[in-house]
Formats: sequence, C-alpha cells, structure tokens
Amino acid sequence: MSRLLLIAFDESDLNSCGGFAAALGLPYDALLLSGSSAVGGEKIFQAGLAEIPTADTIAGLLAVFVHTYSHVAFVSSMRSKDLAARIAGILDAAMITDAIGIESPTTFLRPMVAGAVIATVDAEPPAFVTFRPSNFAAAELTAGTVVPMGMELAPRSQIVKASAKTAGRPDLSQAKIIVSGGKPLKDAATFESVLGGLADALGGAVGATRAAVDTGIAPNELQVGQTGKIVAPNLYIAAGISGSTQHMAGIKDSKVIVAINKDGDAPIFEVADIGIVADLFDVLPQLQAKLPGARS
Amino acid sequence: MRILIPIKRVVDPYAKVRALPSGEGLDTAGLKFEINPFDEIALEEAVRMKERGEATELLVITIGGSECEEQLRKALAIGADKAILVETSAPLDPSAVSTELAAWAKELQPDLILMGKQGTENDENQTGQRLAAKLDWPQATFASKIEKQSSGFQVTRETDLGEEVVAVAQPAVITVDLRLNEPRYIALPGIIKARSKPLERATPKTALTVKVKTRSYANPPARGAGIRVNSVDELVAAIAAKGVL
Repeated sequence: MSRLLLIAFDESDLNSCGGFAAALGLPYDALLLSGSSAVGGEKIFQAGLAEIPTADTIAGLLAVFVHTYSHVAFVSSMRSKDLAARIAGILDAAMITDAIGIESPTTFLRPMVAGAVIATVDAEPPAFVTFRPSNFAAAELTAGTVVPMGMELAPRSQIVKASAKTAGRPDLSQAKIIVSGGKPLKDAATFESVLGGLADALGGAVGATRAAVDTGIAPNELQVGQTGKIVAPNLYIAAGISGSTQHMAGIKDSKVIVAINKDGDAPIFEVADIGIVADLFDVLPQLQAKLPGARS
Repeated sequence: MRILIPIKRVVDPYAKVRALPSGEGLDTAGLKFEINPFDEIALEEAVRMKERGEATELLVITIGGSECEEQLRKALAIGADKAILVETSAPLDPSAVSTELAAWAKELQPDLILMGKQGTENDENQTGQRLAAKLDWPQATFASKIEKQSSGFQVTRETDLGEEVVAVAQPAVITVDLRLNEPRYIALPGIIKARSKPLERATPKTALTVKVKTRSYANPPARGAGIRVNSVDELVAAIAAKGVL
C-alpha cells in the first residue's frame, strides 16, 4: 500500500511539508518529534521529545516505526540528512536527497553538481526523500487525529553542548527577505551592523558567503550555498558577493536577486535581476533610509 | 588506531559542468578529475592524527574504474599508507557504495572511518550515515573539529542552528565539513615516496546493487540577466517596482 509518512523535527518543520505532500498525492500521516500540531495528516504521531537526540540514538526506533510506509519524507536540512540517511541505511532503502520535483511516486527531480545539473531519478519504494519546500507550491496539511507516541531511547552518541536557537530574525530557509554579504564586510561587528541593520529594517534574515564564514566574519549557520543553506526568498540582496558557483547554487530560486558590488565583472551580475556597481558601504545605509516599508 | 578513509573521484569541483545534450550523463570532456574536496579534508585530518601520534595506519579506499588510481596515488602522496581500488564499472549509488564499504570495514577493522560529508558531483550526503548504520557504529556528521579521547572522539559538528559538540565511542564514522582544516599542498618527497607505497586492486565483495537509478540529466533553465541601475534612487525604485517588499 502506498502511503507517505512526513517526519518533522518541530512544528515549523512540519508546516513546510504541505506542498510536497500535495505534489506526491498519496494518503499521509505525520510524525512530529517535538512540539504539537493539529494538522499534519490523517494521523499525527507526537513523540514529544524535549530535546532531539543524536541520529544514531533514534534511527533504530524510527526504522521499526516507518516500515509500513512506501515513502518517508523530511524537509531538507542538515539534521534531516543526518537522520534520514541513517534510517535508510538500516532498512537498505532508496533515498533521494533534495528533491525539487515529482514526476510520479517513483520518479523525482534533484539537483547535482551544485545545482548545475538536474537529474531525473527512479527509486522503488520504500523510498526516503528529503525535499526543498520552496520548489513545491504551498498547500495546507490536513487536520487529523493526534496519537501520542512513547519513545524509549538507548543513547548512543551524546550531545555534550549545543547552540541554542536564536530568537529575533526569521530562519534563513524560510525568510522572505535576505540581506547577504561576503568578505568585504571586513569583520563580525561591521557585518552585523551593516547587513543586520538593513535586514532588521526589512524584517528579513542575514546570510553570508563561505568566505565570510571561513574568515570568522559570520557564524557558520548563516552560510548560503551548495554546502550551506538553500534559500528562496522573494528578495535576496547580495552585498559584496562575487557569486561563486557554490554560492549561486543556494540562491537560484530567489524571486528577485539584487547585486551590489564594486566589481562590474563579478559573475553575480549574470544572475541578478537588478544590479548596481557601487560600494556596499554607500548603498546599504541609503537603502535602509529609502526603501519603502523599511523601519529606520 | 587504524583509520579508513573512503575517497571519491569527482569532476573538478570548480569547473562549470553541464549535462550532455543527449541527457545521458555529465559532459566532462576536457575537465580534470580530483579527490572529492570533502574527502581530501578527511584525509588531511587523518594525516594530522598520525603526525600527532594518535593514528598508526591510514588506509584509503575507492570504488570505481582503473582511472581512480590517479586519485589514490595522490592520497598516498598526501600521507596515506596504503590504497585499495575496488574495481568496477557498474553504476553506483550511496546504497551500493555503503554496502561495499561496510564489507571492507568488517575485514579491515578500522577504529575510525573518516570521510567527506558529501561528494561534490552528486551532492547526496548519505554514504557516511548509511555506512555507520550498516556497521551499527555511532556517527558524527558535518564535523568541524575532532579531538581524540581515550575511548572515542569529541566532535564539534556544524548544525542548522550553529554548532553542537558530541561524544562518540569508537569505532565510529565521522563525516567532515569544510571548516575542519585546510588540506596541505603535496610536497615533492611525498609524490616520490607514494610511488613505492602499496596500491591493491581488488574485486567487489558485494553485488553493488543500486536503489536509485538516474534516468536522465538536464541543464536547469538559466536565470536571465536583469537590469543595471546607476544610482541608489534608481535601485530603490527598481526594487519597489518588483513588489517584493
């Protein structure tokens, strides 16, 4: 029997699943590892975990739980890739990473070589899928019956210390507006005041290039690109970003890309909808003052 | 401590790669091939562990055609002690590769398997986790720092929210991220020494059954170039006209 199980780490993760579930077109349930939700499918299994344990700690239990489903899907993220591939390995099942399209329940589209090529792949069920929500038309999840689910865990790897979720700015992968910067931002304080200032004025998120993260100007969770976050905002403002293939891989699905760069030959201008050859330190403060709707 | 480092031969990660017009594969004509950059970072870390006296033997392994010898020789030059080429021309996927690697790990009995978090061609990010699952070993993915402890490792992992530190017992599978280290340039003595290091050619131990088959490859529609503006006022007007604020 064909049936989909959505596995979500928390409510906001689950809320990004509607488009994929609708596109796949199979009856579905959801398994919510933490938090609670009244929508998510016919059955909404709630594990109610206070903290998400390591993948090797929970994968074994989940492998037993998912065995009646033909499809098991997760929103693409570092933590979902960590977990989904471990469960797929236990079950020796197919897995599609970063699905961006569905041709049929056994045929998916996915990007490879930093998004330079799109592969059409076939996978027989049971199939694990991580998908990019921004590539699927948004749809509501159906309401269902909440089923509390106990999990008795035997810890494997132990989390010694973890960064807490920072409140304030929207999550990069869901942000409608992103102000992003590279190495020309010089240092962490400048990065935060110049990019952060405009982002906050627009109610947006802040992103960074790999170079900015590698040099310590920005924290790693802000990295956008092939090996960082894949974003799809309505507006992506790239300030002092030359536009490496790896960075472009992460921003291609943005609705409008604005490039601000002193170098008129920077490759970012080849993909930008609006470009200006100028110093970002001149432009960004003026944008903050002049863009309609920006809070000063 | 013995470390097994699986490596993958990939098309130059900095080249612009396109699909063949026939849709049957990637157009790699005229392009160089390299060790997957994430695997090179894993190898560099293993070499540093050996230099610190934490590791005694470094084994590199790859699965593929005889052309992979080039990347194995490079790995030996970087500092691996022995290389294994599991020869096949069969199409591979993370399921087939992890199953084969698990069979080798059972024979070679490493204390640590260190590998890239993903290959830059397929960008799948599965093989390390699947391998750890098959061996029923603990895993730490996206490592940005690895410290050897008496009976395992303390690993700093990059996460969606920032970082997390995990303690994993050995044997373990650790997949590495970009910021773990900066791989060294290969010195000439290393290249010469590598010629006399052992490179074993072997046949696969498993059936190499794939679970995912690629039907076709295509180039995504290109984003058209947009407009250039000359002043901030024009920029503000152009952004406002897009209706995205």
